[in-house]
Amino acid sequence: MSGVGRIVRAGGRRRVQSVVMALTTCLAVSASVLAAGLLVASQAPFDKGFAKQQGAHLAAAFDAGLTTSYAVAATAGAAGATASAGPFRAVSLRPTTAEGANTGGGNRPPAGITLPPAALVGRADAGGSVDRLDLTDGRWVAATGEIVWAAGKGPFEVGDRLTFKDAPGSPTLTVVGLARSVSGTAEAWTTPEQLAALAGQAGGYQMLYRFADVSTEAQLTAHRTAVAGAVPADAMTGAISYLTVKHTAERTAATFVPFVVAFGVLGLCMSVLIIGVVVSGSVGAATRRIGILKAVGFTPAQVTRAYVGQALIPAVVGTVLGVVLGNVAAVPVLQDESEAFDTARMTIAPWVSVVVPIVALVAVAVTAFFPALRAGRLRTVAALAVGRTPVAGRGRTARRVLGRLPLPRPVSLGLANPFTSPSRSATIVAAVALGALGVTFGVGLATSLANIQEGLNRRSAGDVVAHTRMGPPPGQQPPSAPPDPAAALAKLTAAVQAQPGTKRSFTTSEVELSVSGLAGAASVMTFDGDASWGSYEIISGKWFDAPDQIVVPTAFLRSTGLHVGDTATLSDGGHSVKVRIVGESLDLSEDGRVVVTDKATLAAFGPGLQLEGAEVHIELNDGVSAKSYVDELNKVLEPLGGGADVNVGEISSTVVAMDTLAATLTVMLVVVAGMGVLNTLVLDTRERVHDLGVFKALGMSPRQTVAMVLTSVAGTGLLAGAIGVPVGILLHHAVLPAMGRAAGTGIPPGYIEVYGPLMVVPLVLGGLAIAGVGALLPAGWAARIRTATALRTE
Amino acid sequence: MTAPLIQISDVSKRYDDGPPALDSLTLRIDTGEAVAVLGASGSGKSTLLNLIAGLDRPTAGSVTVDGVRVDGLGEAASAKYRRARIGMVFQFFNLVDDLTVHDNVLLPAQLAGVPRSEATARADELLERLGVRRHAKAFPGRLSGGERQRVAVARALMNRPSLLLADEPTGALDTASGREVRDLLTALHREGQTLVLVTHDVTLAQECATRTLELVDGRLSRDVRHGLAEKASTVGGAR
Repeated sequence: MSGVGRIVRAGGRRRVQSVVMALTTCLAVSASVLAAGLLVASQAPFDKGFAKQQGAHLAAAFDAGLTTSYAVAATAGAAGATASAGPFRAVSLRPTTAEGANTGGGNRPPAGITLPPAALVGRADAGGSVDRLDLTDGRWVAATGEIVWAAGKGPFEVGDRLTFKDAPGSPTLTVVGLARSVSGTAEAWTTPEQLAALAGQAGGYQMLYRFADVSTEAQLTAHRTAVAGAVPADAMTGAISYLTVKHTAERTAATFVPFVVAFGVLGLCMSVLIIGVVVSGSVGAATRRIGILKAVGFTPAQVTRAYVGQALIPAVVGTVLGVVLGNVAAVPVLQDESEAFDTARMTIAPWVSVVVPIVALVAVAVTAFFPALRAGRLRTVAALAVGRTPVAGRGRTARRVLGRLPLPRPVSLGLANPFTSPSRSATIVAAVALGALGVTFGVGLATSLANIQEGLNRRSAGDVVAHTRMGPPPGQQPPSAPPDPAAALAKLTAAVQAQPGTKRSFTTSEVELSVSGLAGAASVMTFDGDASWGSYEIISGKWFDAPDQIVVPTAFLRSTGLHVGDTATLSDGGHSVKVRIVGESLDLSEDGRVVVTDKATLAAFGPGLQLEGAEVHIELNDGVSAKSYVDELNKVLEPLGGGADVNVGEISSTVVAMDTLAATLTVMLVVVAGMGVLNTLVLDTRERVHDLGVFKALGMSPRQTVAMVLTSVAGTGLLAGAIGVPVGILLHHAVLPAMGRAAGTGIPPGYIEVYGPLMVVPLVLGGLAIAGVGALLPAGWAARIRTATALRTE
Repeated sequence: MTAPLIQISDVSKRYDDGPPALDSLTLRIDTGEAVAVLGASGSGKSTLLNLIAGLDRPTAGSVTVDGVRVDGLGEAASAKYRRARIGMVFQFFNLVDDLTVHDNVLLPAQLAGVPRSEATARADELLERLGVRRHAKAFPGRLSGGERQRVAVARALMNRPSLLLADEPTGALDTASGREVRDLLTALHREGQTLVLVTHDVTLAQECATRTLELVDGRLSRDVRHGLAEKASTVGGAR
């Protein structure tokens, strides 16, 4: 083994420092792999899923009465498609949950419920050259009587049975699998034979295409025109561009990007800082050793190589571990994200696991090179002198001043310590400040997300929600004639008001109406009764307080170009009513096609307007148990064909994924910050071990020693908190609106201003806590070291 | 017969697998004695001092100082023991470079929780007595070796220890400074301070000590009692 090699190997003997360096590098790399991996994943989750599934750039529907399957198949060549699938038979049918098969558990509807029309497609298999479906549960259809439902597109599970009453013979099919199509080509698939039986003479064909040039809507429009031109006029009844699907899918992904980028940048800063601190400290602490090496004949180049090598050994170990940890940590987060993105399961991009370690190791080598080069160029005598003669003169004034304060001497000695090594203290401040910044940002984000979730849940206000049942009571046959919704609602409302424990209530119903400036219908939610206590979260303007006033979400305003204070027109069946927009609400449902108003606003439409989905939102008296109330109320409502549930609100999977991601990255930042403090203090404590021996020889107890070391980071921790927390708040205030813009909504100011004094003070103290926890290990070591050993140490 | 200040009974100390630094040593030192421990390098002199000071623990045997079983003390109790009963002077002074002379001297009292006014008065008194009062606000690096050792002695005396331990107190000093320190220690002994000095310096042993011990390979090879040299000595500027 060469002399340099021996020296490099000998570096491992500095166990604590090597372990700290390996762990810090490990955490920095794992955080960077995770952050970079998520950045990559969140930038193009749709593209990843779309590419994996060979998604359809164009999904066209054809009228079977106007063209033939041969003609449809020929459209692929005519339009210049690079790949195609189909033609598949397709039909739109309304499924009804079958008797005795569905449990009705969770959000699943009970038996006998007829759901909105669903697009069914007949496909022999899930693969093919276009739109390769991912089975998320169960299996693919193998025989007639089986159906695969689109994951997330309906309240069904494997084993559920569905009857298609509009199909010849009203067949009942069993759900045998759930599948995901990134292109969103259908809501259910069955065998071609089964589809033919379901469709009878109805339905049409579906053809899926992939093209080489699809980057713009214009290119896709040209392809669409070519396809339409290849079949008889009007035979193509519609076509969905993948860009439309992509835009909808990426709205969720885009919401992730601002805060993942923020964490990524924080992680990167932390990584650079920690690697710099670790390597500079490592080389700096070994300067006297370098002097000895040079004294025995090492050349400057050999010394430089040796110490760069010494830094790289633990860094390589930490980097390898970091890559593994980063990938492992990404699994649950990406799983959440893939669910949130409605795409297939994602993993960290392989190139991230290669590039990040290379960058980290290059950073280690470059950072180590300069101090190592400086050490290599040191004159031997000077290098030998370093470590034997302590660098004195710094921080003396601070020690003198602090020594005058009425504080225990170990505390004043500790408080003065940062002034003796300003650059080292600055690294502690920077590391802890980044940690405090991350915690502040993470806590603020979690608080805002929780508030937003709560605000979104105000779409369904009240402790209890009562409703008219969609189907017959359990064990009873469906009525031959549909019940009168108005009469049913009147009975329901009366029963609720008569129920002991009811404080107040209001009723909501829905109807689809046209709105000026908005293509297609919007869902109009009417409120009957005093709904002021259950209003939606208002971003700007106010909640309606009179008929002819409406409240709409941000996306509505953006789609229509209208503003709060403007007038819009609601119309249906020849009737119309002018309404004034009085408020902008927090509502992400139905892509913003939602209008909220008083029931009286729709009086002009007359009694013919059928309101659906009536719900009574109930606030209970203080101290009333919601569960007991619901149990009692249901005894009254069930004979009336109604029911009530405790309103537990919803938890969005997107919010859960964001919380998970933010928590993971925050914890990592804090751990790395603590490790930075630990490493710096290990170096500092080792350098001051002789002074420590003197203090102990003079009677400093272990407890006093711990107090001295811990207080040595108290000031820096507080300073770091005081710096990191305001910057974290600013970051939060910048990122949250960006997330809102990406999600298509404004954010109520109250959800951004979440940092009250009760939160800020603990966060600032959090800097102290990070520094203190990082200092615990060196403090314990300092307390345990034998005095005689410390005194012998030079 | 009065109880000894130091009672070392059958003490052995071994580092790792090496030969014993101290080998079944038994020793008694009474209050008021000035004992010089002589011996070659590696004979166990510093080990003996460390064991008395509670800086290290014996492998076997017992060390009792001023009625306290030092060998069984934990770290915290050992620290309290040193604060209350031991003053230590080192070859290389071991002053804290970033503290002024005054603050260095104050340190043992501050660690012991002595009220500030009381500690300051005591520090001023000691600095005056040892002739380094004019350097009170200076940092140790600006002082000569002899002055630094005087400051170290002042610090060692801060808590009025019953025992002053000195490890090669003149070992790092030039001849003139060495003489200053010898005179200082002699004067302290005359005032009743019990001293244990570890030294190679035969002159120091002869001038300061009333008793000389010689260690060879961890064993006591010679124990000689003799009177103080008939020599006038001064303690700093204030006799």
